[in-house]
Amino acid sequence: MSTKNSTTRTFQVDYLARVEGEGALYVKVKDDRVTDVKLKIFEPPRFFEAFLQGRQYSDAPDITARICGICPIAYQMSSVHAMEDALGVTVDGPLRELRRMIYCGEWIESHVLHVYMLHAPDFLGYQDAIQMAQDHPEVVQNGLKLKKIGNALVTLLGGREIHPINVRVGGFYKTPTKRQLRELTDDLKWARDTALETVRFTAGLPFPDFEQDYEFVALRHPDEYPFNEGRLVSNRGLDIDIKDYNEYFTEVHVSHSTALHSRIKERDAYFVGPLARYNLNYDRLPPLVQEAAREAGIEGSCKNPFKSIIVRSLETLYACDEALRIIDAYEEPEAPFVPIEPHAGVGHGCSEAPRGILYHRYELDDKGDILHAQIVPPTSQNQKTIEDDLWHFVEKAIDLPDDKMLWHCEQAIRNYDPCISCSVHFLKLDIERE
Amino acid sequence: MATTQQKPKLAVWKFASCDGCQLSLLDCEDELLAVAGAVDIAFFPEATRATMPGPYDVSLVEGSITTEEDIERIQMIRQSSTFLVTIGACATAGGIQALRNFKDVKEFVDIVYARPEYISTLEKSTAIGDHVFVDFELRGCPVNKYQLVEVLSAYINGRKPITPSYSVCMECKRRGTVCVMVAHGTPCLGPITHAGCGAICPAYNRGCYGCFGPMETPNTSSLATWWQQLGVQDVDIVRAFRSFNAYSEAFRKEARAHEHQE
Repeated sequence: MSTKNSTTRTFQVDYLARVEGEGALYVKVKDDRVTDVKLKIFEPPRFFEAFLQGRQYSDAPDITARICGICPIAYQMSSVHAMEDALGVTVDGPLRELRRMIYCGEWIESHVLHVYMLHAPDFLGYQDAIQMAQDHPEVVQNGLKLKKIGNALVTLLGGREIHPINVRVGGFYKTPTKRQLRELTDDLKWARDTALETVRFTAGLPFPDFEQDYEFVALRHPDEYPFNEGRLVSNRGLDIDIKDYNEYFTEVHVSHSTALHSRIKERDAYFVGPLARYNLNYDRLPPLVQEAAREAGIEGSCKNPFKSIIVRSLETLYACDEALRIIDAYEEPEAPFVPIEPHAGVGHGCSEAPRGILYHRYELDDKGDILHAQIVPPTSQNQKTIEDDLWHFVEKAIDLPDDKMLWHCEQAIRNYDPCISCSVHFLKLDIERE
Repeated sequence: MATTQQKPKLAVWKFASCDGCQLSLLDCEDELLAVAGAVDIAFFPEATRATMPGPYDVSLVEGSITTEEDIERIQMIRQSSTFLVTIGACATAGGIQALRNFKDVKEFVDIVYARPEYISTLEKSTAIGDHVFVDFELRGCPVNKYQLVEVLSAYINGRKPITPSYSVCMECKRRGTVCVMVAHGTPCLGPITHAGCGAICPAYNRGCYGCFGPMETPNTSSLATWWQQLGVQDVDIVRAFRSFNAYSEAFRKEARAHEHQE
């Protein structure tokens, strides 16, 4: 929707489509200058941090998974690592590898959903993937098959693809046999080939010329592309232990959103997600993925958020390759989980959800009951950066007719694959031209 | 846009939820394009920016009612839908966010938000069926995607969906899983929980945690007694019944029976 008088234009999208959750966008333009941008989150609050109080430490992975049906593994992984930190337990060996592998499944499933079903239609001028399938049936069918393999990985290790039941503090309820894992090998090899084709397909899409000087924030591990562990680093010198998160980051409650906006203290907005991980951890990717990146023309770094669709494809390629590596080296663990002795403590967990870092912090009493819970999802961390992008993008594209402008603004929001359901404490497009 | 007039119009609506149940539709990778071919997707913002005006033949509703605006919106949806099907524990029982119903919601707002005055929310999270007539309730947190396709196909073809209302125990037996409660002494909500998941948890060596909600006429007090004999404390019985279907009548009552004022 758009209204126009002599000098004012407003653009608004009342209910953003092809994002997970409910949001809207409002942009106001006066004399070809943007005067206001609001990414509105009207996903009703669900109060997870409040009702976690009084629950047992072991409830956290099952309950926090329900924050988001798209990335439940991320919530389960951040919560179990935080609890293990609080309870002084380390999970390593095959159990640690299985955790990386279930995360591979979620990245594949979530990234492919976004690349093929939510984002690609923007670039090719379709309302949705189903329309796109009429002209490009093999592209959409390959995407669906690829997504299905990610789901199969999560289902084998987690019991089901949405809200898996097999993840617990200390490990898993049941671990797979070597043979069960090997049964996935052929499908994953096909998936790796198809992911490589996906990189080539996305690299060939038309991209607006739009690069910004972002502060990227992601986990960084000494020798792995990050899933569950590492220090929090940025391209502007941040390098901290995750337990110092609250010292460096702050959340601001703004009136137009049920999500809290995150900022880096004394600086400003920052950027989490595939693009941040990629820019900060390119050297941790295997040669296969680096080679594909080179071919796609974004070797080593990428600052155009529209090209995040290529980076998601590269991470999908990585996830397929990493899952194959884990299957190949897998030895069945002696026990499915490390036993836990509840006691009082404070723990922090931070993992790389498909959309970026997801931070959890819990305080436990001597029985292991939760006294305090803090959850910072990736989309609320990106919300300010999305608004900044729109601010700059609209000014650059000020001469576009309203319908095209709206389309591109929606696309710019979808660059972040916003998952608004993560309204732990988290869209509508209004552009108003004056 | 498809213009075939004979196709039924499908709409997918969202209230307070995690998006997982509507995602189940997109997770039907093998069936999705066939489903999309059999209906006109008239409103499904998670999947498409195209919309068609109502009325709709089938409306799938995800999520629970938690705001004043929700109460008005669900009336509008009911009026413009021939069949209204709720999908998942939020829409059917108020969901995990119904845990607020046992506390003072103002306290919850204060815990989570720095500026409580920006937040408008109802005191209780309630099921769609508490506000409008619901033609069919599909259980689960999340729903089983094959049951979702069954329900869609039933309403598109004018028949009743086949989704058994017996307990998870039946699915365990059929799957050949050894009873975790009898054999290992693991507390399990299976005997009183609605079937539909395929008895996943016991197959992974854990007790059912009731995410499909109560079965038809569940004997919850008998099961609670069994749990007590396994050494489970009342505080943990309360927590077990107060999860994703906490505000369903049977689970609500059983939890209350084990709650002691401190």
